[in-house]
Amino acid sequence: MSQWEIGPIFRAMMRNKVGAVLIAIQIAMTMTIVVNSIFIINQRAALMERHSGIDEANSFYLTSTGFGENFDPKSTTQNDLALIRSTPGVVDAIQINAIPTTGSGWSMSFQVEPGEDKQDEGAAIYMVDEHGVNALDVNVIAGENFNANDIRWRPKSSRNWPDIVLITKAMAQSLFPDTPWQETVGKTIYISQTEPMIIKGIVDQIQAPWVGWDDLEHVVMTPEITQFSSTRYFIRAEPGQRDRLMPLIEEALASSNKQRIIRGLHSIEETRERSYRGDAAMIKILSTIMVVLTIVTGLGIVGLASFSVNRRKKQIGTRRALGASQGAIVRYFMLENFLISTVGVVIGAALTVGLNMLLVNLFGLNAIDWYYIPSGMLVLWLVGQIAVLGPAKRAANIPPALATRTV
Amino acid sequence: MFTYYLRLAFNSIKRNPILSALMITAIALGIGASMTTITVNYLMSSNPIPHKSEQLYYVQLDSWSPYEAANDQNEPPDQITWTDATNLMKAKQAFRQSAMASTGGVIEPAGQDEKPFMASIRLAFSDFFHLFDTPFLYGSGWSDSADSNREYVVVISKATNERLFGGENSIGRTVRVVGKNFRVVGVLDEWVLVPRFYDVTTGPFHETEEVFMPFYMKQELELTNGGNTNCWKSPEGEGFMAFLQSECVNYQMWVELRNDDERAQYMDFLNNYVTEQKALGRFARPLNNRLSNVMQWMENQEVVADDAQIMMWVSFMFLLVCLLNTIGLLLAKFTGKAAEIGLRRAVGASKTDLFNQHIVETAIIGVVGGILGLGLAYLCLEGIKSLYGEFVQNLVGLDLVMVACAIGLAIVSSILAGLYPTWRACNIAPASQLKSQ
Repeated sequence: MSQWEIGPIFRAMMRNKVGAVLIAIQIAMTMTIVVNSIFIINQRAALMERHSGIDEANSFYLTSTGFGENFDPKSTTQNDLALIRSTPGVVDAIQINAIPTTGSGWSMSFQVEPGEDKQDEGAAIYMVDEHGVNALDVNVIAGENFNANDIRWRPKSSRNWPDIVLITKAMAQSLFPDTPWQETVGKTIYISQTEPMIIKGIVDQIQAPWVGWDDLEHVVMTPEITQFSSTRYFIRAEPGQRDRLMPLIEEALASSNKQRIIRGLHSIEETRERSYRGDAAMIKILSTIMVVLTIVTGLGIVGLASFSVNRRKKQIGTRRALGASQGAIVRYFMLENFLISTVGVVIGAALTVGLNMLLVNLFGLNAIDWYYIPSGMLVLWLVGQIAVLGPAKRAANIPPALATRTV
Repeated sequence: MFTYYLRLAFNSIKRNPILSALMITAIALGIGASMTTITVNYLMSSNPIPHKSEQLYYVQLDSWSPYEAANDQNEPPDQITWTDATNLMKAKQAFRQSAMASTGGVIEPAGQDEKPFMASIRLAFSDFFHLFDTPFLYGSGWSDSADSNREYVVVISKATNERLFGGENSIGRTVRVVGKNFRVVGVLDEWVLVPRFYDVTTGPFHETEEVFMPFYMKQELELTNGGNTNCWKSPEGEGFMAFLQSECVNYQMWVELRNDDERAQYMDFLNNYVTEQKALGRFARPLNNRLSNVMQWMENQEVVADDAQIMMWVSFMFLLVCLLNTIGLLLAKFTGKAAEIGLRRAVGASKTDLFNQHIVETAIIGVVGGILGLGLAYLCLEGIKSLYGEFVQNLVGLDLVMVACAIGLAIVSSILAGLYPTWRACNIAPASQLKSQ
C-alpha cells in the first residue's frame, strides 16, 4: 500500500478539501442524472420496440366522409372496397372503425359471467369483415376466421353486437386465466354486461389503438361493416407499392363519388412515428443532456487537474529530482482522482436511487434495475480517469531541473 | 472604480482564455437547458384566462356506476351526460352557464371549384362567448332565443372566414355545414388559448374550433360525438335518442359564479338536483359533485405533462452541476492569483476592494454565459418544435418575462457560484504570498 502513496495523496487532498469535495459532488450528480436518464431512455426504447401486429411497412389508411343529400353509406362502402381490392398492388383492404397506433378507437368491457358487478376486462373493438385477418396481417391460431355469411351491416346508433368474435391470445389469457388459450374457442363471453358472444377464433397478436394503454394487446374483432357516413379504409399493399398506391387510391376514391370527401391519408409508418413522438423526443433530449453533462464534468476535471499540476510544478520537479519515475507522477494524479471519484460514485449511487424513488412516486416511473448502479459507477470512474490522464501526463513531463529554479 | 475593475476582470479573463471559455460554456449550457424546460413548463401551466379564472367553474357530477368510481380516488367522471347538461341549462341557476360538446362536420363552400372540407365544431350555448370573453372580429354570439328556438346560426373562426369568404365581413351570409344552411352571426378574431382550458378531455393543447353552433343542433341534426364518450352502462334501446339519453358522458359544463356566495348557492343547487335525480333512480353513488375553477381544473387534469416536469428537474440538476463546475474552476483560478492578490493587499487594497473586483469578474462571466444561454434556449426550443411537431408551437415561444428570467437566473447563479471563491481570494494573507516570492 505504501508504495502507492495513499497517505501523502490523502494528506495533500485534505489541504484543498473544497476542490476535492466539489469534484466529488459533481461526479455524484452527473452519475445521478446519467444513470436515471439511461434508465428512462431504455424504458422508452422498449415501449417503442413493441410490434403493433400489422404490416406496418406496407399499410396505409384514409377516411371517407359523406355529406351530400344522396349519400348512401352502404353502396359507397361496397363500391369503394371493390375498387380498392381490384387495384393492382393491393394485397387486401377493409373498412375498419379503428387502427393500431392511431390513438383513437372504441373500447368495451367483456366478462366471462353475465350480470352487473362481475369481473371484466377492457378491450379495443375492431369491426372487420372476412378480409380483416389478411389485411391486418394477423394469423388465426385457433378456431376459424369469419366467413362472408358472418358479416352484418351495422346501422348508425346501433347498440347491439354480433354473436361471434375473434379475440387475441392475450385477451383469451386475461379472460380465462385458468384455461389454455387454445381451449377458449367456442366459449361465451359477455359484452354490455349481459349480451353473449361466442369466441370463433383466436388471433396471434394485434395492438389496440392507444399505445399508452396498459392492456395494449386486448383486442376483440367483430364481424361487421359500419353504415356510418364517415368510415375508414385500411389498405395493405405489396412490398414497395405503398407510396405509389397512396395518392392513386385517394384520387380514385375522390373522383368515384362526389358526395363525400376523402381525408386523413396516412401511412402506418408515419402514424406510428407520430404516436411515439413524445417518447422519441424524450430519448433524444435526455441523450443530449447526458452527453453534454458528461463532457462538462470531464472538462471540469481536466481544468481543475491542470490547475493543480501548475500549482505543484515545483513539488513535482522536486519529486522527479529525488528519483520518482514519470509513471509514479502519473499514478499520483490518477490515484488522487480515483479516490475522489470513489467518494463521488458512492454518493452518486445513493442519489441515483433517491432520484429514481422520487420519479417513481411523483410520475409513476418504474423502479430502477440494480445493475444500472454499478454500471453507472464504473462509467463515472472511467470518465474521471480519462479526464485526468492528460494533465497527469503533462505533470510527468515536468523536468526535474525545475526544482532547482525559482518560479 | 467600476471601470477599473471591469478592465482588470477582462485582463484576468483573457489571461486564462480556455478556462474562462469553459466556465462561460458551462453556465451557458446550464442556463440554456433550464430556460428551455422552464419555458415549456411555464407555458403549459400558464393561466389562459387570468382576469376571470377564479370565477369560472367546471361542473362534475358523480353519475357513475354504483359498483365502482369513474376514476381513482373516488373522482367523479370528467364529463356529464346529455340529460344532466340539458337539465342544468334549463335550470339556469348560475350567473352564466354553458354546456358544450365537440363534434365535426363537412363544410361545403359556395364556389363550385372549392373542395368541401372537414371542420371542427363546438356545440355551445349563447353564454359561451361571454363566459370566455371570445374576441370578435365581426358581429357577436347568438342570442338566448337562438338556443331554445334551435336557430341555424353559427359563429366561425377567423381562419374559416378567410377560407370561405376571403376574410370580409360575412355577417348574414350563409354557410353550408353538415348538409344544412347556417347564417353567420359572428366571426371570431384570432383566438389562441394555451391550454385550451374549456375542453381538455382529449388533450390540453388543441386549437379552438373552426365553427361554433347552438348546442341543441346535436339532437336536431344527430351530430356525431367528438372527444371521448365513456359509458358505465349501455344505452337502453336503439336509436339516436336512446343514445343521447343514456348514462354515457360526453359533455362539458362551465358556469360563471362571481363570488363565494354564488358558488355556495350553486353547489347547493347541484346537490339538490342530484338528490331529485336519485328519486328518479339515477345517481346511485353518494353525493360527490365538484366545482373547480380554471386553475384547479387544469391541475386536476394534469395539464403539465410528466415528461416536461421530469425534464425540468433534470435540467435544474444539470444547471447545478454546471455551477459546481464553475465554482471549482473559479476557486482554482483565484487561488492561482494568490500572489497578485497578496501584492494588491500589501500595497493598500482593502478586502472590500478585492471582493468587488472579483465579483465583477464573476458577474461578467455570468452575464456572458446568460446571454449565450438565452441564445441556446432559443435554439433548444426550435429543436423541441422539430422533435414534437406542430402541436407544441404555442408552447415554445420566448417572451420578455422569460428573457429577463434567463439573464437574472444566469447572473444570480453565477454570483452565487462566485461568492465562495471570491471570499477565499480576499482572505489570502498578504504576508505569506509575498514571502514565497
